[in-house]
Amino acid sequence: MKHIDEYRDSALVRPLVDELKNSLTRPVRLMEVCGTHTMSIFRSGIRTILPEGMEIVSGPGCPVCVTSASHMDVFIQMAELDHVRVAIFGDLFRVPGSNGSLANASSRGAKVDVVYSPMDGLELARKNPDDLVVFLGVGFETTTPGIGATILAAAREDIDNFCVFSTHKVIPGPLEALMGDPELKINALLCPGHVSAIIGAGAYQPLVDKFGLACVVAGFEPADLLKGLILLARQVSSGKPQVENIYPRVVSWEGNRRAQAMLEEIFEPVDMEWRGLGMLPRSGLAIRDKYARFDAEKRLDITVIKVEEPKGCLCGAILKGRNTPPECPLFKSRCTPAMPIGPCMVSSEGTCAAYYKYGQDS
Amino acid sequence: MSDKTILLDHGSGGLASQELIRSLFLKYLDNEVLRGLEDSAVLTNQAGNLVFTTDSYVVDPLFFPGGDIGKLAVHGTINDLAMRGGRPLCLSLGLILEEGLALDELEKIIISVAEASSSSGVPIVTGDTKVVPKGKADKCFINTSGIGLVDPALSLSSKNGKAGDVVILSGSMGDHGITIMTRRAGIALEGNLRSDTAPLHRLVERVLTGFPSAVRTFRDPTRGGVATTLNEIAEASGLCIELEEERLPIKAEVRAACEILGLEPLYLANEGKCLAVVDGEAADDIVSLMRDTDEGREAVIIGRLTAGKAGRVLINTPIGGARVVTPLHGEPLPRIC
Repeated sequence: MKHIDEYRDSALVRPLVDELKNSLTRPVRLMEVCGTHTMSIFRSGIRTILPEGMEIVSGPGCPVCVTSASHMDVFIQMAELDHVRVAIFGDLFRVPGSNGSLANASSRGAKVDVVYSPMDGLELARKNPDDLVVFLGVGFETTTPGIGATILAAAREDIDNFCVFSTHKVIPGPLEALMGDPELKINALLCPGHVSAIIGAGAYQPLVDKFGLACVVAGFEPADLLKGLILLARQVSSGKPQVENIYPRVVSWEGNRRAQAMLEEIFEPVDMEWRGLGMLPRSGLAIRDKYARFDAEKRLDITVIKVEEPKGCLCGAILKGRNTPPECPLFKSRCTPAMPIGPCMVSSEGTCAAYYKYGQDS
Repeated sequence: MSDKTILLDHGSGGLASQELIRSLFLKYLDNEVLRGLEDSAVLTNQAGNLVFTTDSYVVDPLFFPGGDIGKLAVHGTINDLAMRGGRPLCLSLGLILEEGLALDELEKIIISVAEASSSSGVPIVTGDTKVVPKGKADKCFINTSGIGLVDPALSLSSKNGKAGDVVILSGSMGDHGITIMTRRAGIALEGNLRSDTAPLHRLVERVLTGFPSAVRTFRDPTRGGVATTLNEIAEASGLCIELEEERLPIKAEVRAACEILGLEPLYLANEGKCLAVVDGEAADDIVSLMRDTDEGREAVIIGRLTAGKAGRVLINTPIGGARVVTPLHGEPLPRIC
């Protein structure tokens, strides 16, 4: 398959493993902040061939995982309203709030539809004129443009029974706050490929300037990942940090200007609660007043009530890269993909799910 | 028949039921035993050990590229018998129909059951039909049970695996699972995605005839896919299974669909494939024999049993790394068979 096979071909990829070993002269503790990177790294077996002196830490890159329990409670509360039908991406279905999940609500009769695209939410609205379809907006810059496009389509077609509850989040600001934490001791960043397609590789320049962080934007295939690690090792070894983009088939320096303009048109920055990281200033996106008719928060008069995270769950520390899943007392004992307690176990791109699924003791 | 849809009367046991039996079931499924319409079938003069199995089919949609619920219900139960080395003798057919099901849809399903039964050489010898009010079931559910005969000298079991044994997969992975999922999601993909539903008893019989003592077990990796079945084999045999990722047979269109939907072919259902754990010495010959059959034309060795950590399945990746392959854990897969 084009654009996949050549990046997985063992004859091409195996020499990169040796090159990585030879490129590392100083210790690298790198963070990846993309759920798809987390999974691809495990899937390709990269953790088992890492040279001594290189450590990979997973950051807050899974949008479902950083969705707070308070927001999950609101989602469930909305789903249980008469004449409301919520549309979600599948990952959200089993994420626990403070008292059960959307899956539990669905079993009690709430209308919860798993969709593959936000546009399917619009289709649901057309088919169910007596229901208000609420799309639960969760995601980073990768997902938000698709939801923005759906809002524009709803406006164009004048579909009145569709709206979005936006808990959308942005990456650069929170990443900067996280990298400012000296305890993390991160000296390299594997920048998220999909998010970067929208925001552009240039968005990481402040991290280089401010923290001297080595930054490489990489794709998701074994060759992409290994090449990314090699460049990070070289930057750290040479003491010359910069932003390098080895995913030019998808990512440019400026990013997708049209998507950026659309986001600007529909959304405005707001303070947002992140699971594990708390309330971060201007880290979220709310729907502008101009599109208030598509804003579930305004239409349903919903108030978000702050709730505590589950007891004993280390998801917060894991999302910051301070702990790894096996260090959590609940990991694999009370918290499993079948009975998740924290969100990092539920999402297929969560760090705990990755550790559970692909094993860390292999 | 004048009625266009299934009515509650069709399940009443009265005249409408009899009309349905004669004009539809007997018309297509007729054989000497079924024709008697007795309360149960008598299977005469059977000698040997019996294998007995049952399975229910609730697939949605009822019709999909490569098959339908009727074919699936016949092949699935035949395959369960075959995996224990059984030679299938006969099947039962139990239908639970939702009031309002279009009669021509039911006829299409019964014609498909008849074709699958006759081409497999395994007759339907007894049956039952119930109709439930609209909304109490989803169109059509089928249960089939099957009886077969097995050589008393044969003892196929996942427990029999030994270190050095080889794992053969009879063909490509995930064809059925991805066909159903893309249909249900309304995703139209180019290429030729088709369910692989097929009966495996002939392939099994040929292998067992040719290599009676080399086969430890046959398993069909249906729901949960190859990954889950191999975990069960590793668990039962107390051994480790090591797979080679580059050897896994996956069709290009299945891979493409998996990339789009974020799925792994290892976890997708198959309805016409089997895994065979066999003596390493005989493995190449068994693969050649399988490739000589319609059902096993793409058979390949995908891994082996080793004395590593008991119950664990590992996969060696193209970059020279490795990862663990866990069983399926309640992923949000819609029901698929």
